[in-house]
Amino acid sequence: MSQVLDADLQGLRARYPGVFRQSFLARYGSVVALAVGAVSVALGLWYLEFTPWRMLGGIAEMGKILTLMIPPYVDSWGRALIFLDALGETVALALLGTFGAAILALPLGLLAAKNVVANRIAHFLARRSLDTIRGVDTLIYALIWINVVGLGPFAGVLAIMTSDLGTFGKLFSEAIEAADKKPVEGVVSTGGGALHRIRFGMLPQVFPVMASQVLYYFESNTRSATIIGIVGAGGIGLHLAEQIRTLEFHQVAFIIVLILIAVAAIDWVSGKLRFAIIGRRSVALA
Amino acid sequence: MVTAASSLPQRRVEHLDAAYRTAVRAKRRRALLFAAAFAVAVILAAISAEVDLLKLADKIGNFTSYLGRIFHLDDGRLVFADIGEWYWGISKWSRLLLETLIIAYVGTALGAAGALLVCFAAAANLMPKAWIRVPLRRFLEFCRTVPELVFALIFVIAFGLGPIPGLLAIAIHTFGALGKQFFEVAENIDMKPVEGVTATGASWPVAVRFGALPQVAANFVSYALLRFEINVRGASILGFVGAGGIGQDLIEAIRKFYYSDVSAILLLIIATVVVIDLVTEQVRHRLIEVEARR
Repeated sequence: MSQVLDADLQGLRARYPGVFRQSFLARYGSVVALAVGAVSVALGLWYLEFTPWRMLGGIAEMGKILTLMIPPYVDSWGRALIFLDALGETVALALLGTFGAAILALPLGLLAAKNVVANRIAHFLARRSLDTIRGVDTLIYALIWINVVGLGPFAGVLAIMTSDLGTFGKLFSEAIEAADKKPVEGVVSTGGGALHRIRFGMLPQVFPVMASQVLYYFESNTRSATIIGIVGAGGIGLHLAEQIRTLEFHQVAFIIVLILIAVAAIDWVSGKLRFAIIGRRSVALA
Repeated sequence: MVTAASSLPQRRVEHLDAAYRTAVRAKRRRALLFAAAFAVAVILAAISAEVDLLKLADKIGNFTSYLGRIFHLDDGRLVFADIGEWYWGISKWSRLLLETLIIAYVGTALGAAGALLVCFAAAANLMPKAWIRVPLRRFLEFCRTVPELVFALIFVIAFGLGPIPGLLAIAIHTFGALGKQFFEVAENIDMKPVEGVTATGASWPVAVRFGALPQVAANFVSYALLRFEINVRGASILGFVGAGGIGQDLIEAIRKFYYSDVSAILLLIIATVVVIDLVTEQVRHRLIEVEARR
């Protein structure tokens, strides 16, 4: 076999030039890209004053912290109740923030959808402003809302709402743009008005997608809600940061376990609900 | 033209009509039940989160006036009147912004490299051994569920203040998040190339390298780019807990009411994120085209 190939090598070369004469880029492109990536990472580490010694010292220190973390426990039942209450508040923050944002984002999504508002400038402005909202982290909004409504979970709700407004606005507008025109035309052909068009032509198509996206973000917001307390905007983050700063690592571990359980539970519930609404279809999430 | 509308016998129509009505009623009842449960959950949540719409209505003026204040300099002029005065700290801020970008970049690269190494061992189609796959998946889940700021808080104690704890926190979170996305992509590949390579007597790593990796590479890069954009945003707040980047100046400006600095730094962050968003989007569209052409 190989001899046959060798004998006909010239012929093969002539017949399949593309395989034999690959350009340098095609052949070594990925190697070069990897090398550039590795060098830039090394440069980055150097810029950040990363040294192996510091790393080793830190790892040793981390080992000590980990031994303090295991086993996780709380000092008293009263403490445990306080933490559980804060965890409930965290989930409440995520729920209200997510669904509040979803309701407010609906009109914004319509405005930013090409097939609803055909004006190019309006479309561009709506999309860009949604991107601007998305560009700022939830924690920054939390700091700003604390200045407005004071410390506490309400500022956290508003922060999650503000940052999700941008995300949902974008996702909803894309869902609306992807909707099929034909059901709407069908409703028009039977003499349906504008409201009928939206209720029976549009909504059945986009509602499952939106609901699924909102449920997904409910889960991811529960995670962000756990840190929002670090700046004083409610939820379990306040206790978490306090326990870390006072080096009570067994309680830190306890709170982390609580968070893991809560997130897993919400993940499970939202997964079930999503499956009931939309089945195994996947939707855009970013 | 002859039109004949055939109609069903009366009894059959009544039967179908009744069936339709019961089906609709059941559906409505279910929707109503769900709405009621949801309303109760929202009310309970509102009580727990101390939602006070009256307070919001009362204080919403603070929000607009806050926005107004951050766009005024100390002497009362609009910030745009004196850009030099507004961006007085630009050299320091751009250094911190560069640090933020490097934290995000190196964190994404290290996390993605780790995710690439383990993801095939977490994919059900490539790794039939459950005792490897399941613990690995749980570990990835742990890495992405614990928020990066919590990792950063703990690492600041272990590694000291500075960008290194932030970098590690981002890398670990990225490892967990990308690890999951990567193995989900790997689970959707065509198994025939892998079987082909295995049939030549190749070991598992070789079969994965030549059978699976070429199918997923473009998708992996696309996910990593998306994660980079998310990490730039995440790195901008690491400074809140002393883990490097521009966050430290931002939280100082917000806490100490250096109003014009707040808007200056925020706009820098937003501009950076928007630019990175646009660039990575372009690259990702190219990658999707490459993928589609194959």
